[in-house]
Order: sequence, then C-alpha cells, then structure tokens
Amino acid sequence: MFRQAKWDEPLIFELGASGRTGFKIPEVEEDIKRVVGEFKIPEKIARQNKPNIPSLSEVEVIRHYTRLSQMSYGVDLGPVPLGSCTMKYNPKIALKYAFHEKLQYLHPLIDGDLVQGLLELLYRLERWLEAITGMDYCSIHPAAGAQGELVGALIIRKYHELRGNIEFKRELIVPDSAHGTNPATGTMAGFKVVEVPTGDDGNIDINALKAVIGSQIAGLMITNPSTLGLFDERILEVVDAIHSIDGLVYYDGANLNGLIGYARPGDMDIDIVHLNLHKTFSAPHGGGGPGSGPVCVKKKHVVDNITLVDLVPGYRIIYENGYYRIDKGGPYSIGYVRSWLGNISQLIWAYVYIASLGAQGLREAGEVAVINTNYFTKRLLGEAKYYSLPYGPWRYRKHESIVSVEPLKNETGVTAEDIAKGLLDAGYYAPTIYFPLIVKEALMVEFTESETKENIDSYINRLKELENMAFTNPEELKRMPRNTSTTRIDYVKANHPKTVTPTWRVKVLRDKGIISQL
Amino acid sequence: MTHPWIPNSVEYIKKEMLKVIGVDSVEELYSDIPESIRISRDKWDMLPIGFGRSLSEIEVYRHMEDLFSRISSPRIPPFMGGGVWPHYVPEAIKSIIFRGEFLTAYTPYQAEISQGLMQALFEYQSLVAELLEMEVVNCSMYDWSSALGESLLMAMRVTGRKKFLVPETMNPMHKSVAETYIWPHNGRIIDVSVDRETGYIDTRDLESKISDDIAAVYIEYPHFTGVVDVNVDYIGELAHRFKALYIMGVEPISMAILKPPGALGADIAIGEGQPLGLGLNYGGPYLGIFATRWDRELVRQMPGRIIGLTTTIDGSEKAFAMILQTREQHIRRAKATSNITTNEALMAIASAVYISLLGRDGLIELAKHIWYKSHYAAKRLSELRGVESPLLKGEFIIDFTVRLPVSANIIRSKLKERGIIAGIPLGGHAWFRDSDILMTVTEVHSKSDIDMLVEAIKTIIEV
Repeated sequence: MFRQAKWDEPLIFELGASGRTGFKIPEVEEDIKRVVGEFKIPEKIARQNKPNIPSLSEVEVIRHYTRLSQMSYGVDLGPVPLGSCTMKYNPKIALKYAFHEKLQYLHPLIDGDLVQGLLELLYRLERWLEAITGMDYCSIHPAAGAQGELVGALIIRKYHELRGNIEFKRELIVPDSAHGTNPATGTMAGFKVVEVPTGDDGNIDINALKAVIGSQIAGLMITNPSTLGLFDERILEVVDAIHSIDGLVYYDGANLNGLIGYARPGDMDIDIVHLNLHKTFSAPHGGGGPGSGPVCVKKKHVVDNITLVDLVPGYRIIYENGYYRIDKGGPYSIGYVRSWLGNISQLIWAYVYIASLGAQGLREAGEVAVINTNYFTKRLLGEAKYYSLPYGPWRYRKHESIVSVEPLKNETGVTAEDIAKGLLDAGYYAPTIYFPLIVKEALMVEFTESETKENIDSYINRLKELENMAFTNPEELKRMPRNTSTTRIDYVKANHPKTVTPTWRVKVLRDKGIISQL
Repeated sequence: MTHPWIPNSVEYIKKEMLKVIGVDSVEELYSDIPESIRISRDKWDMLPIGFGRSLSEIEVYRHMEDLFSRISSPRIPPFMGGGVWPHYVPEAIKSIIFRGEFLTAYTPYQAEISQGLMQALFEYQSLVAELLEMEVVNCSMYDWSSALGESLLMAMRVTGRKKFLVPETMNPMHKSVAETYIWPHNGRIIDVSVDRETGYIDTRDLESKISDDIAAVYIEYPHFTGVVDVNVDYIGELAHRFKALYIMGVEPISMAILKPPGALGADIAIGEGQPLGLGLNYGGPYLGIFATRWDRELVRQMPGRIIGLTTTIDGSEKAFAMILQTREQHIRRAKATSNITTNEALMAIASAVYISLLGRDGLIELAKHIWYKSHYAAKRLSELRGVESPLLKGEFIIDFTVRLPVSANIIRSKLKERGIIAGIPLGGHAWFRDSDILMTVTEVHSKSDIDMLVEAIKTIIEV
C-alpha cells in the first residue's frame, strides 16, 4: 500500500533562530583589514535593512529539504509515464561525471588546453547526434528543448532574410497536435502561426495543409512521431509540399524515442532538428530542468556559399591538429541564445548514456519503449470497456499512447483528472492529462524502455480498478488522492487576484495591508 | 541483449509482450514508416554512434576517467568572473539536489504528489524575493543572458515600444544574446556612455538619449566592469519619467549589502543565480533570475513558471500549485508570454539550499568578505609599477578593472605558466585597451592566493 510521506513541514521562513548559520564564512585576515581599512559603501547604494532571510543551522537545512524531497516523486521511486516527457531512468554512473568536482571551478572562458578531455567529449557527442539524426551539423548550445525550438525558428527566419524574402515569408505552420511550445516559439521568432488539423488516421490532414500553403509560408514545425504517438506516414509528401514553396521543415525531436534506430529525420529531408537530451538521452529532469536542446541542421544552400550550417547559433568546437578549441560562430550565425557553450552537465549525462548503449543499444531502447506502449494499449483497450483510443485506433503506437477517458466520463462523470488522481493514490505518477488538446479527456501514457512489464501490468490493473470504481463508488474516486502528502488543491484561491501568493513576501505584505489585490 | 537500464530487454519477456500485442516481430510495430526512409539494422549498427557496441559500466568508468584525466582543474580557483564567478559550493547542497525525489522528478504537473518539490521552488522564489525586495519571482530562466532577452521582450509587450538603453560597457555576451531575442521584433539596443574615470553611467548622456520611445533602461548592478553605480536611483527615476521600464540585472550575493532593486524602483530584476550554490561547470547549467514588482500588468506579461501558496480544497492545509498558468505556452500557445517550459528548477533548489544555509547574516558576511578580498587585491596590484588598479575608480565589490603595463593576454599566459589563471582581457570591448583586464576575487581565494597572484604579476612585468 502506497503512503507518501506527509511532514507538516513549515516554510523555511518559519524555521531557525536568529544568530544561527548553516555555513561558516572564513574570517578575513587582519592583514587584509589593515591594508584595506574599514568596510564601507556609500549611503546612496548601501542596503538599509537586512534581508528578511531566516537563520538556520546546517542540520536544520538538511532536515527541511530532505523532508521536502520525501514529498516529491521521481523515476527513482516508481513509474512516471508522462506522455511526451520520456521519463527514462537516469543512470547513476552519469551523475558521477555530470557534476564532477573538476567542473566546479571551470570558468567558461578558461583556457582550452585545460579542458581537452571535456572538449573531446562534447565534440564527439555532437558527431554522435549527427549520426543518430542523419543531419550534417549539430550544436550543443541551446539550454532546453524550447530554446532549441527558438533557435530552429530563428534559423528559418534568417534563411528567408538572407534570401531577401522575409518581407513576405511571415507564416509558420504548426499542426494542432503540437506541443504548446511550437506555436509559442513561432510567435517569439516573429512569425504568424497557422494551425493545421490532424486527420482521423492521426496524420496531418494533407488537404488542409495544402490549402494553407502559399508563398507566405516560411516553414513548418513538425513532431514525428506526433503527440498522438503516431508516425506521420505522409511525411515525405508534407516535406515536399513545404519545400515546393521554399519553406523549411523543422523537426521537433521531443519524441525521437519512438523512432530511434528505425528512421532518421535527416533521411526524411528535414532541414532542422532539435533534440531533448533530458528526454531521449536519459539526462534527469530535475523537477523542471536543467535540460539541453541541441540543434542539428542540413548543409542546405541558403545563398552564395552560405548553408544552414553557417546560421547555427553559438560556439563551434573545432578539432584541428590533435587539438580541440572553441570558435565563435561566423557572420551569418543567428547569434547566441545563452552566454556560453551549453548545459555541460546534461551533455555529459547524454554522452555517458550513448557511450553505454551504442547504436544497437539505442535501437533496443527505442524498440522496448515501443513494445511497452503497444503492450499497454493492447491490454488496456482489450480488457477495459470505457477507455478509447482516438485517431487511427487500428495503428500501432510508437513511444506513447493517448487513451481517452471520454466513454467513462459520459457514463459516470469520472474525468481524466479523477483517473490521474486515482493512479497517484496507488503510488504511480499520473500520465500527462488533457493533452494533446485534440483528444478529449486524454491520458497520454509513455512508459519508455525503463519500465518493467510487472509495473505496466499493475498500472493497467489499476486503470481497470478505477474504471470499475467509477461505476461502484465515484464519490470515493472524486475524493482521491488520499495517500499522497496532500489532497486536491484549491486552484481558485491559488490564482485569484485577492489571494494569489507567488512568494512569502507577498503574503507578509498583504497581511500587513501594504499591498492590495493583483 | 539484456541491458541493466532496459528491464524488458530480456528475450522471453519481449516475446511474451509481442505475443499479447499480436505481432511476430518488433519490426511490425514500425511498419507504417515508409520503406524509403527506413534505416536497415545493419546500416544503423555501422553508424558512428558510441563505440561500436554497448559498454559495461566498468568500461564506461575507465573511459570517463581517461577523459577526465585530461581536464585540469587549476589548483587555485581562477581569478575570473564577469557574469559567473568561482564560489564554494557547500556539500550540503549536493546531498539535497542529488536526492532521486528531486533529481529524477518531472515538472510538478500532479500537485498532490509533488508538494515537497513545489515548496522547495516556492521557497527559492521567496528567498530571492527577499534578497531583491521584489514581490514576484519565477522559478527560473536558463541564465542571466536569456533572462535579459526575455525581459526586453516583456518590456516591448508592456510599453509597445522597441528601443532600449544600455551601458556601453555591459557584458558583451549578454548583449549579443539580448540582440538575438529582440531581432525578430525589430528591437534596438542603444548604448549609453559610461564615465571612463569612475565606470558609472554618464547621466548626461542618458538624459539626452531617454525619450518616450524607449521601452526600457537596463543597467547591471554591479556593472560588468565590477563597478557599483551610485546613480542607480536617479537612473530609475529618469526611466520612469518617460514611462520606460527600469530593468536591473544583478549579481545576487552583493544584494545582501547593496540597496536592492525593489528599493530602487526597478520594474523587473533579472540576474545570474550561479553564485548561489552552483559550480562554474564550464558554462552551465546556470540559473536565470527573473523578478517583477507587484503590478498586475507586469505579472501578466511575465515569462516562466511560478509556484504559488494556496490550500487544499477543503481549506484545511497549506498547499502549493503552479499558478498564473494562462501566461504559459501549454495553455496559451501562440499567445503565451514565452515558449519556456523546462527551466533550471534543480538549480533553483540548489540556490534555495544555499541561501538557507548562509542565512541572513551569512550572506551579509560573505558579501563583506568578498568586498575585503577584492579591495585587498586591487590595492596590492596598485602598488606595482605601471599598473593602474582599479582602473575604474567607482565603487566595486567582486570584479574590478586593471590596466597593465603590457598586453593582458601576455600577462595572462605568463601567469598560466605559473599555474595561475587570472582575469578576462578587455581589449576590444567598449573603449578598453589590450592592456586592460577584468580581475575577480571571491571567498575561494585566500590571502596567500592573492599575494601569489600579485607577486607573479610583479615578477612578470619587472622582467
């Protein structure tokens, strides 16, 4: 029986006692004070009041955050089958190197000869990613998937700018099944976003796509396999259609696990790809980051001697005469999207993962992930009556499966959210819910290759149990979860202008009547 | 092939599962991929991915040890800052952030099972809010530079204007990232002169350039040059007089002793969280700080995830939730304030632990400690013949500029021969010369480290 820890843990501001500290600062030598004189800062810029930060001993800090960790849940505890998040096991051997002590004082501008081993690793990782995707050049610069997307969209912008067409290349096509980051990225990159619908078979509605295609189209962002877990069978036709009007095709690699070892975006004539190392390549998600979102391009002609490779942002790791060095991007690069080379720890993690598995192991990982998905789908749909499989139910899924709770809701009023909470109560993380938006009452389930058959079986059994409970005791289901550290949350209070509390400071100021509603 | 990270890779288990699915082989599950773009098993296996086969942990360990043997961490931490700085990372931080419940968690979409994670992130937001005296802090951006880029985009949305005023000496990397972010929206950055004697913003130049088509005035606090501008109050006033936003980019440790952005009228405060318990890591992961004051329009336009304090539905217990999500991409899609989703949550927790460990007095003591050490270094360097230290005479805390009698690059490489990594050469930036260098001293440098640096420079320039 699952019981999550439930500490009645105060906020850090309510802990500690004045005068305590959890870290001793070394004393400043008297010689230094003699040379420098008294500490002083001009009144105009000196802080008048000490910051309202609590004072705790080391032991109190460790207990506080350890208790908080016990009220959190990750892959190390059990299944986290969040669809589209690819929550794999994060191998422990990688942790040893990802945050290795030697990295502690490596300033990003430190001399290259001191970091040859690290540059070799990063350089090799870029080449591996090229081989995996079938692209010509990969850059490890972007800090996360969404930043990789932004880079991709900016490369599309730059491409049309250099070709003198940006004045009319103003629209970017995004399928309606796409992650929210895709349309948001299009806007950030200065494009108007045009949505195209998905057909009943789960592929992009090709006629709808052709209807919006025209000279104003700058490009297309596509996720394949899509967020429906389905491979777009007409991908070549889609790519051709976009290329025919001089658009570029951008491939969102969030779902690469569904394809790895079987097909490569580069072989589909895709122009730009981003990868999520914290998904496909086992870097941990850390409760919401850090991530890493390398971007890969084809050596596609832009104008004159310029290719898409010249447009890639950030730094270049160059290997010459047995020596690795870092160079700045050339004059046609879109620039930088963060100050330095990349999120090094996540890159090291991915390197360890790829080195450990090799090409065959990566394919095996993808295959087992796909087997897990289809095994789950087949069993659940075969054994439960009130879950459905919208969009191409006859088709095999890839990395994930999107099951709808709509039939159950129609019969009993029990929703996808209720089912999610019922899963939590059994000690499993819930799937992604209510996404993609085109599936009603969606449960988006992605086990990855890391889950055991036994856990998938018990997950299915739990879903069947909950289905049953929806008929026999829906009230109890609506009261779930009860075994987690808290019960359902008041989102109205959380967001209401009169009660919204984004920081302790807001609570204190509001209690004192100093600030009013937002 | 059975692999330790792939539990169902055992042949008979796979077969059993395939049988339930109703296929004979795994390939059938991929049969919808057109033949022309399929890659054969043989061809895939031949690709240069990894080392031609899967490796055991023992082999990976040997390989990684070999690579890491070719990383030389300098014995004395580098005297280098300029946007990220060498600081000691207390062991207690690692013992928290490497706990699987945090490390291997996803974004807390399911609130009831993620309360501890959300409380930790809420505490990060709250502790930074106190340090900055700003009311609203998000649970992180990628780094300082991308936070700057986002803050400029936000200022464009809030004001409907497109031009920005920045100091000519600002961090050049931050500037180029900001330019990438605003380029698609025709944003424009205009330099404001900086006094070459003090390093402070030339307020007369600012007065002449500020107008009612400026979206925001951005200032670093301290400046990239290390100088703490004494006119930060007036600069904000001037921005507000023309209804431009006032954006301050901060180094957080110095906020313990400096008047915080909230007390200076800043509308948005951004900065680098790396000094708060993160290693330098050769460029990342870092932590972008992003804060606004209590203002409906500003908060509505703010990018990034925010965790809020609320209660359970029955009102009986405190609880945490992701709030104000209608700003975000997964709800608002093309109309979102940003595309950011994955951020630097784990690094935010590291910073929360760091601030908690040091506490109020510890942070103040640390900031003063660094002030003493850097002033000591600057003073000792000023005693060397031909050295001007600090070059910019304004107030400073961590970084400071030095003019050397010879090229900074030459001094740097000769120091390196002696095992000392010091300074960022400033030649080519603003009006700095090739002999100018940005020096940095923090709590990780002992007095004898500093003395060794000074002695080494003395020997080099006196030869």
